[in-house]
Amino acid sequence: MSIRVIEDKCKGCTLCVKACPTMAVKMEGKLATIAVESCNFCGSCVSACKFKAITIEIEKQAREDLDAYTGVWVFGEQHDGQLAGVVPELIGAGRRLADARGCALGVVVLGHELDALGAAVAKYPVDKVYLYDHPKLARYRPEPYSRVLANLCRRYKPEIVLAGATTIGRGFLSRVAVDLYTGLTADCTGLEVGEDGLLYQTRPAFGGNIMATILCPYTRPQMATVRHKVMPAALPGDVARAAIIRETPVEQLLTSSVNILEFIPDFTQKVNLVDADVIVSGGRGMGKPEHFALLQELADLLGGAVGSSRAAVDAGWMPYPHQVGQTGKTVCPKLYIACGISGAVQHLAGMSSSDCIIAINKDKDAPIFQVADFGFVGDVLEVVPALITQLKAARAPVGVCGA
Amino acid sequence: MNIVVCIKQVPQTTNVKIDPVTNTLVREGVESQINPFDLYALEEAVRVKERLAAQGVESTVTVVSMGPPQVDAALREALTLGADAAVLLSDRAFAGSDTWATSYALAAAVSALKADLVFCGMQAIDGDTAQTGPGITVHAEYALATYVSKIDEISEKRATVHRLLEDGYEVCDVALPALFTVVKEINEPRTPSLRGKMRAKSAQIPVWTAASLQLDPERCGLKGSPTQVVKVFSPEHRAGGERWEGDPTELAAKLLEIVRERVTV
Repeated sequence: MSIRVIEDKCKGCTLCVKACPTMAVKMEGKLATIAVESCNFCGSCVSACKFKAITIEIEKQAREDLDAYTGVWVFGEQHDGQLAGVVPELIGAGRRLADARGCALGVVVLGHELDALGAAVAKYPVDKVYLYDHPKLARYRPEPYSRVLANLCRRYKPEIVLAGATTIGRGFLSRVAVDLYTGLTADCTGLEVGEDGLLYQTRPAFGGNIMATILCPYTRPQMATVRHKVMPAALPGDVARAAIIRETPVEQLLTSSVNILEFIPDFTQKVNLVDADVIVSGGRGMGKPEHFALLQELADLLGGAVGSSRAAVDAGWMPYPHQVGQTGKTVCPKLYIACGISGAVQHLAGMSSSDCIIAINKDKDAPIFQVADFGFVGDVLEVVPALITQLKAARAPVGVCGA
Repeated sequence: MNIVVCIKQVPQTTNVKIDPVTNTLVREGVESQINPFDLYALEEAVRVKERLAAQGVESTVTVVSMGPPQVDAALREALTLGADAAVLLSDRAFAGSDTWATSYALAAAVSALKADLVFCGMQAIDGDTAQTGPGITVHAEYALATYVSKIDEISEKRATVHRLLEDGYEVCDVALPALFTVVKEINEPRTPSLRGKMRAKSAQIPVWTAASLQLDPERCGLKGSPTQVVKVFSPEHRAGGERWEGDPTELAAKLLEIVRERVTV
């Protein structure tokens, strides 16, 4: 690999210096120079240069016949026989990619007692459903799950493998990709097949401040985890259209150094934060922990979940699983209502890709208003109760209001 | 027992902005920090060492980081926070590593240190991938538990941990050697100690290279990385929209109108 500046094209504009995340580019007079020991070949300078004066050359080639790989696979994550919310979205994306590549779309489900689930998945616009059914796979455990999927990939050679960027998908696919010595792109928000037939995977980095498009040109499968609530979901039809293929479990793949002892449901989350279409979130401006009851009431009326800023979690007002932001969860609901949240960069990193953001804050200069689609300058402790009253009135049965 | 903590030096993200005119990263006064999640990983490692000491088991906490020579500063900071030793993986050959090649090199270090237990942060705040920790467990053949929020029991052979999932906590028994990635909930990191600061000042931090770890050069750095970044750009700018002020009841009425256009209530 090598990176170089083409001297007669460089105009000395310093755009590349500003673009470099590792500070490897410096100006020597009017010419950009790159310190190769600091360069990580991210390509930022190449994208930033308006004069095509920087080139990166990579001497690489495929280790095997890539044309032997065909088909798109979706990992059908399930919990106790219920399909994870992200899976229909993966099927939607996978269908589009399979059609673009002119190949089949398969869904791979690992678990136990999967017959009903397999039949339900077969109604989606997919071609094949692979069921790998064994009691030892009833709940996700990293070793058996990753060995089984890697094994299936070696046998069937899919060209593309997608999974949800969930707590399961992110750790598990990484293990599979390392095992297969192929590339994995985390948390994708965009997936397209290019003219060259490769999968162009676009993802946010730096807490959403930067977008990067990533390729996996020389190895297969091309693997990606996909962020929940970004891609449109496929809908199931009335009848099964996919062939169901039952795999014969191989015991040697199913050993594990992890044993699950117990699951403790989080009862403070009536609606799971990452699955919620509406999130009502509170920050320091809520004043005290008791006031979060108002947000819960509002969330209940809207069928949503309650989120929190880091400040409110660190103050002990809300438990950590509710924290949205850089050191908490990343969410993209249809509607995010930020109540008394100032909008620190770290908070924005976790919610700025929401479809619609409403902010309520006393401080008209709060940074949250710079990202909010609709801003309300006022006291949350007055606006939210008024909103709850009006919501209840609007929902009251006909007759009660005298209508 | 050998406890290893993998840390990453990351920019302080508040400094990372896109210049709307030039569409490039603006990084004035670039300051680095230890990835926030890694501070929880380090703190938990030190706590495990203390818990084991109470059981009469001696252990050491070694921090490992891969990156350019300036990562030395992050390792010294880790020494002020309770780590006993530090190792820097730095080599021209590591440049351009994606998560595959990074986990390959870190796994070799973890194995060379004969780690019984490895801690990583849940993810780094610059790359946000959460892939490197799990990747190490395949290269080094370790058990894995991600999103660890609590360690109930720990011995030289096993650990019982809580994992934070979307809808609750899973309690698992894990046989060592194992790697845990941790979430913020797991602890509250301590502040630097005077003893730690002294140690950090005088510590010799060895630099390990691809050759000293006997790594396959074909699997290191950009050459060994299956993924390639082909484009970096600024996301669609989110501009502030309409704003209202005034009587709370009127504000609530307007808000309700907006909500009802978007969700069925």
